[in-house]
Amino acid sequence: MLYIFCPHCGSRSQNEFAYGGDATVKRPELNKEISDQEWNNFVYLRKSPRGKHLELWHHISGCRQWIKVERDTSTHEIFKTYKADELTE
Amino acid sequence: MSQDFRLDNIGMVNRNKKISFTFNGKKYFGYEGDTIASALIANGVHLVGRSFKYHRPRGFFGVGVDEPYAILQLERNNERDPNIRATEQEIFEGLEVKSVNCWPSVNFDIGAINNFLKMFFPAGFYYKTFMWPPSFWYKIYEPFIRMAAGFGEASIKHDKERYEHKYEYCDLLITGSGPSGLASAYAAAKNGARVILAEDKPRYGGSLLTSDVNIGNQTGAEWSEKIITELKSMSNVIVKNRSQVFGYYDHNMLVMSERISDHLPKTQKYLPKQRLWYIRAKEVLISSGSIERPLVFGNNDTPGVMLSSAAKEYIKVYGVLVGKKPLIFTNNDSGYETAIEFKKNGVNPLILDTRKEPSSDIITEAKNLGIEIKYSYVVVAAKGYKKVKSADIAKISDNKKDLSNIENIECDCICVSGFWTPSIHLASQSGNKSEFNEKIDAFIPKKSKQKENTIGSANGKFTLEETINEAFNKGYEVSNKITENNNKVSVPTVVEKKSTEHDKFWCVPLPKGKSYKRFLDFQNDVAVTDIELALREGFRSIEHVKRYTTLGMATDQGKTSNLNGLQLVSDIENKVVPQVGHTTFRPPYTPVSIGAIVGREVGKHSKPTRKSPMHEWHEKNNAVFVDAGVWLRPRYYKQGNETLFEASKREAKNVRKNVGVCDVTTLGKIDVKGPDAAEFLNRVYTNAWLKLPVGKARYGVMLREDGIVMDDGTTTRISDNHYHMTTTTAQAANVLSHLEYYLQLVWPELNVNVVSTTEQWAGAAIAGPNSRALLMKLFPNTDVSNEALPFMGYKEADLFGIPAKIYRISFSGELAYEVNVESDYGNFMWEKIIEVGKEFQIQAYGTEALSTLRIEMGHVAGSELDGRTIPHDASLEGLVSKKKDFIGKRSLSRSAFIKPDREKIVGVVPLDKTTSIPEGSYIVKDPKAKLPNPKLGHVSASCWSVEYDNPFSLAIIKDGKNMIGQKLFAMSPLKNKTIPVEIVSSHYVDPEGKRVRA
Repeated sequence: MLYIFCPHCGSRSQNEFAYGGDATVKRPELNKEISDQEWNNFVYLRKSPRGKHLELWHHISGCRQWIKVERDTSTHEIFKTYKADELTE
Repeated sequence: MSQDFRLDNIGMVNRNKKISFTFNGKKYFGYEGDTIASALIANGVHLVGRSFKYHRPRGFFGVGVDEPYAILQLERNNERDPNIRATEQEIFEGLEVKSVNCWPSVNFDIGAINNFLKMFFPAGFYYKTFMWPPSFWYKIYEPFIRMAAGFGEASIKHDKERYEHKYEYCDLLITGSGPSGLASAYAAAKNGARVILAEDKPRYGGSLLTSDVNIGNQTGAEWSEKIITELKSMSNVIVKNRSQVFGYYDHNMLVMSERISDHLPKTQKYLPKQRLWYIRAKEVLISSGSIERPLVFGNNDTPGVMLSSAAKEYIKVYGVLVGKKPLIFTNNDSGYETAIEFKKNGVNPLILDTRKEPSSDIITEAKNLGIEIKYSYVVVAAKGYKKVKSADIAKISDNKKDLSNIENIECDCICVSGFWTPSIHLASQSGNKSEFNEKIDAFIPKKSKQKENTIGSANGKFTLEETINEAFNKGYEVSNKITENNNKVSVPTVVEKKSTEHDKFWCVPLPKGKSYKRFLDFQNDVAVTDIELALREGFRSIEHVKRYTTLGMATDQGKTSNLNGLQLVSDIENKVVPQVGHTTFRPPYTPVSIGAIVGREVGKHSKPTRKSPMHEWHEKNNAVFVDAGVWLRPRYYKQGNETLFEASKREAKNVRKNVGVCDVTTLGKIDVKGPDAAEFLNRVYTNAWLKLPVGKARYGVMLREDGIVMDDGTTTRISDNHYHMTTTTAQAANVLSHLEYYLQLVWPELNVNVVSTTEQWAGAAIAGPNSRALLMKLFPNTDVSNEALPFMGYKEADLFGIPAKIYRISFSGELAYEVNVESDYGNFMWEKIIEVGKEFQIQAYGTEALSTLRIEMGHVAGSELDGRTIPHDASLEGLVSKKKDFIGKRSLSRSAFIKPDREKIVGVVPLDKTTSIPEGSYIVKDPKAKLPNPKLGHVSASCWSVEYDNPFSLAIIKDGKNMIGQKLFAMSPLKNKTIPVEIVSSHYVDPEGKRVRA
């Protein structure tokens, strides 16, 4: 079970969190004309990298904040965690 | 029966407490502190089971968790416990155990015929022997193999025992209380670290209990007693015995199973049987020790052949002799230590040493004691069927290939020592890639991947001096990283006898003309020939060889067999062991009971049960409950002998005719607050929200980004910047997460906050033509007329002194209101409604009647909004704004979503007006069409229309809007029904919606 550092609460066990997928996906702006392809990429296409991955976790049984976690998908090493509005490196 | 093999003056069992137990129905005595194994051996019993495949007699091989043989079935407190290890289970008064895998008895076992049919049971026999004719497999072969195979029998009853889970955090977890565990725990604890020391056995000390050493000015056993006593007294230390750390998981999470009550006749009140510890450790020291390796020779599975370290432990810990005429067969000095213990207790052993001319302190001591030793000698084969009676021994040539001077000598046990295998299982589970150490012919941990270090003999350190020094240093070093106390204790001096190098020889060649079975894996009957066969048949990877031959599988997971198996594969393949590699170690290290893993999360406790504040009233009024998400909701209120069907019909009819009240507390409620709340709702919902006035409610639909409907519900504007959102019972948690996602990540610039208020409000839906009349009596000071409180209106009011909120919304399609009060007043509200409602013929109604009412009105719910439908499919397209953007809008222009014959919701009525249509039925044009019959859609919900007194269903079918009036068929292959139906509008009752506005 992973041990995730929540920037609001401190280190907490994985079972307090829900996984939220790729954190690098950016939702297209509202009212913007975009192609089917672009929209399709946003809704369905995700990379599944081996190695470093910036992902979202939701601290549902804690502070209920969405956080960004930089994790190695093959070793589970966690390098850094960020608040939702923090800029990532 | 007297304990013929019990020694008088040695051992740690409590001689003052005699304990009786039964084995295979026969009564035996032992002492408190005995295991089943030590007590049976004391009574001269060595035959305890039959082997897995050939049903060969089985005795005891070890003295702990590595035991491959002595697997028994235990009855304790009317519960059945399969596969307990006799070497681990302590006896208690009245304990009952029996042998497994034998019939009719362990002494006379019919299955032993397999031993004579062994040509039919080669490696992988189940892949090739029982293949023809194919039809025999299912009816004859498989049932036969299933009956013949396996050890214990699991109980099929509910386990009445209690198991617990515990979460713990520490600076340092130390697994094993041998010399390295004790020393490192002591050094770390003295340096201020929070330490957990876990010991699998009942007694602390590990090898110190059996070895002839001194630490400081005390014996090893005395020193361990002193250290453990001091550790127990320290507030920063948790010391646990009978506790096995069996799994090493990510981020230094380790799991330990503590056997709290297994050694007692009955679990004590307020204590669990077992407790599973989830331990998050900053650092881990693995001090799990090592396990002696067997030597391989003919019939080496005969009862009476056992590990020499086990024989020593039976003497020193239990005061029990495993034999009175022992033969010690060794390739290293450890065998001598066992021989010395025999000698000291009045028994004359004979040592066969595979080495030519070894010399060391220990060997000298054995010689001085007058122990007979034969060098360059081996055991060729054990003789005797149910117990060793003699052994064929022989001189072995210097190249270890040729045997000479074969002779038979009498003996009653053969204690083997093939050197030591470090227990690297936990380190390996943590991701540590092991390396092969030529000096000890075994794998040891290499580079740590997580925060762990392996110390002592688990790390291949086999002298006490090295172990103690390493352990004190590591304990200090690791703890100081955390505490920075710099408090270093001095390392005691160690006195031990020096030993010399072991012999790499491990497998005795077969003498000419003999075909003795030489076993590698004792639990699965894997012999040298089986590995040879697997390699001949082309299996190369050790992982494949393992699975084909079952080497290293089953409850002992090859603790005694793995390395010899690898040696054999590398010998045959002309490789060295590190080239072959070892199979993956996976948790658990030892078997863990399912009960401990499940803990308290059994049955109803596997998830929380939420009850509304009116729950007691429902119970008192004969409600029959149904699980709705995590809630319990009344399904119907039973009167007399009513069935579900009759009761729900009565309740629904009463709503249509008079007035009914339904507990809607379970609806998800979310407070949405902030200056940008309207803008946020406008983006979340498909319809327009910017112009909703204060005091008005609106129905809304929200989508996922892929255009699929996520949820629906009403949201009411309480004040300028305050909205009260409702969600369906099932989606409440998801909707909140969804809103938080957009507020925190996508549109952080919106000044809005959301919070769940589901449990803060109790809700009652009052529905039916009499509902306004009832409301006027409930709220005499509030104007609830159609003008003052129109459909989708909202008012705050006073309910007999209690502040209440009235929302004029309707799920039933009748004139209806939902009244909310703070949860604590929920019951008060409910009782008032029932009391005042009497004169209007009020009846409470449950979810079944609620469903009926909404289905015949064509209102959609979870069965239509099932994660596959877009607004159009549920006839909600009128709520989709064309003017503004919202979550999921872009997806709605996907070609599949706008095709002309897109699915749409319709109503379905059986032509005979009597046959109910099963939910899930397919709608088809021609029931006799060739399979697979093209389906038009499926029936999502069914009810008995109380308005028209005939069955009515909702269905989502292709081109639904053009199908009205068509005669089709509903087919349910599951219920074997084909029902001719007519497609009608989904709004079966009051299609213009007059009633809700009345």
